[in-house]
Amino acid sequence: MLKCSYDALNGIFAKIAENAKLYLPADKDGKTDYTKWAEGVEWSNALNTARSPKDFFFPQVEDLMKFKVEGKSIAIDDIREESEDFVVFGVRACDVRSFDILDRVFLIEPYDSYYASRREHGVIISCACTRPTETCFCKTFGIDCTNPGGDITVWRCEDALYWQANTEKGEKLLGTLGLESADESAVNAQKEQTARIMEKLPLAKLTTEGFGGGKTMELFNKPEWKSLSEACLGCGTCTFVCPTCQCYDVKDFNTGNEIIRYRCWDSCMYSDFTKMAHGNNRLSQVERFRQRFMHKLVYYPENNEGIFGCVGCGRCLAKCPISMNIVKVMKTIGGSAE
Amino acid sequence: MNTRREPLIPVVGVITDVRLDTPDIKTFRVVTPDGKKAFDHRPGQCAMLSIPGVGEAMFSITSSPTNTEYMEFSIKKCGCVTEWLHQAEVGQNITIRGPYGNPFPVDTEFAGKNLLFIAGGVALAPLRSVINYVRHYKDRYGKIDIVYGARSKEDLLQYREIIDEWCKDEGVTVYLTIDREQADWDGHVGFVPNYVKELGFDTDKTVILCGPPIMIKFTLAGLTELGFKKEQVYTTLELKMKCAIGKCGRCNVGSKYVCKDGPVFRLDELDELPNEY
Repeated sequence: MLKCSYDALNGIFAKIAENAKLYLPADKDGKTDYTKWAEGVEWSNALNTARSPKDFFFPQVEDLMKFKVEGKSIAIDDIREESEDFVVFGVRACDVRSFDILDRVFLIEPYDSYYASRREHGVIISCACTRPTETCFCKTFGIDCTNPGGDITVWRCEDALYWQANTEKGEKLLGTLGLESADESAVNAQKEQTARIMEKLPLAKLTTEGFGGGKTMELFNKPEWKSLSEACLGCGTCTFVCPTCQCYDVKDFNTGNEIIRYRCWDSCMYSDFTKMAHGNNRLSQVERFRQRFMHKLVYYPENNEGIFGCVGCGRCLAKCPISMNIVKVMKTIGGSAE
Repeated sequence: MNTRREPLIPVVGVITDVRLDTPDIKTFRVVTPDGKKAFDHRPGQCAMLSIPGVGEAMFSITSSPTNTEYMEFSIKKCGCVTEWLHQAEVGQNITIRGPYGNPFPVDTEFAGKNLLFIAGGVALAPLRSVINYVRHYKDRYGKIDIVYGARSKEDLLQYREIIDEWCKDEGVTVYLTIDREQADWDGHVGFVPNYVKELGFDTDKTVILCGPPIMIKFTLAGLTELGFKKEQVYTTLELKMKCAIGKCGRCNVGSKYVCKDGPVFRLDELDELPNEY
């Protein structure tokens, strides 16, 4: 384990930024979001960012290709570029797990080359949580917020930061930072303290029991979906703030000169998501609402060795305008303890 | 430059023939700019066709894999992409990518079996590739029965091919039906489900069934009455798709994606999935 003082951090950021773009959570206009680091940008003390870091690998909008159309002929322009190297600093454990969940979508054959290029060029420096809050339930999904993983893990203990590489990519970067070695006692003490906070959180007893692969018909047909979804506005906020929601749309934009085919985030909560010329197989909000939670809690685990499609980051709990969320679904549909 | 293979990037296809099959269905012949088939496929697989600026959509490849020169798509005019295609002329470029989805098990489960094809309306399009494949390799299969119905005689897809080729094949029996009486029609009149029941097929057949959901529902009831089991019946589904590779999150039925786990399903497999298709 390596160590640096909190005061040395700015110098370390500068060193990282010499070779790669560096992004970290910073406060701006009353909220925290990943920001490109430059001299003067300060690492936020907030628990997590408003937007999830999925944009780094799966941006909200990205151009896929271009077309030149002349008369009856079409020319396809492959505009893909290799991603630049970048480093994301301060990623929480929940969001680190979200990358694994997205990998299982985008990096299975036939893999997504846009995502793959960014994934290969990105280094994730995670940061252990010390103040998990009432909307946190990462532990429900087996995530240890004191051991967040990624390429490098950082623990902030008072005036010092402790660093540990977890992957080859992480080791390579950490080796360039010139940090001193340190023992793990401060980190271990912090882990114990955080674990004690976790135990007292209101969602500490939330379990995934009752969910998972093979439960499709039993859970799909529960009458409770109707009352749960009744107030849902179909606004899609939950899907946009969610670090694991990966549904996308592909659309064309005519610039007048060429046609750009781009991809953008979409939401299964929207009424036209499955609408096609001959009909719509999810006509009501009940069906769309059920789809979102069945996907995270049943369909995704069924296709991915039992791994759930939720990381317990709590963003949807904080942002849903009608205060409906996956926790209420887990309690009502799956019968999870309070 | 990102040099990885990218499944979302199509190739250019050229429309070399357009045939008006019914008042609202046209069949398009497509090759690459150098005159070749864009890619090989198996019976029942699909392709994504697009017109840049209009949109991209999934279509079943209606020509048989045994046709090595070109691909054909029978497309009903019913939305943005299809309306645009319907006004396209020979020489028009489009884009094409594929093949997508699992084919019908023509070389495994279907081998040596008597086959009963049942289709309604434009749903003959996905089955035509299978029918022409098994006709090509007829010695590998038993007897072939085809029940096909449409609203009117004019709405029967591939009518000339059915009359001039299928009907003349030894070992192939075609039963056509239209919904209502019409002056120049001396064939059967009535809906497909009732016709299937009237014909009263032996249950020693594997059934390939495709049509509008209501037709599937009633035909299946009739087949069950005749003693057929769901394990004997195959169908092919269609849902909204954007990526065609199981990532855009749109065409799932339960944990299955129609684009990559389907579109071909056996009915007993579908029974284990939510009725959301």
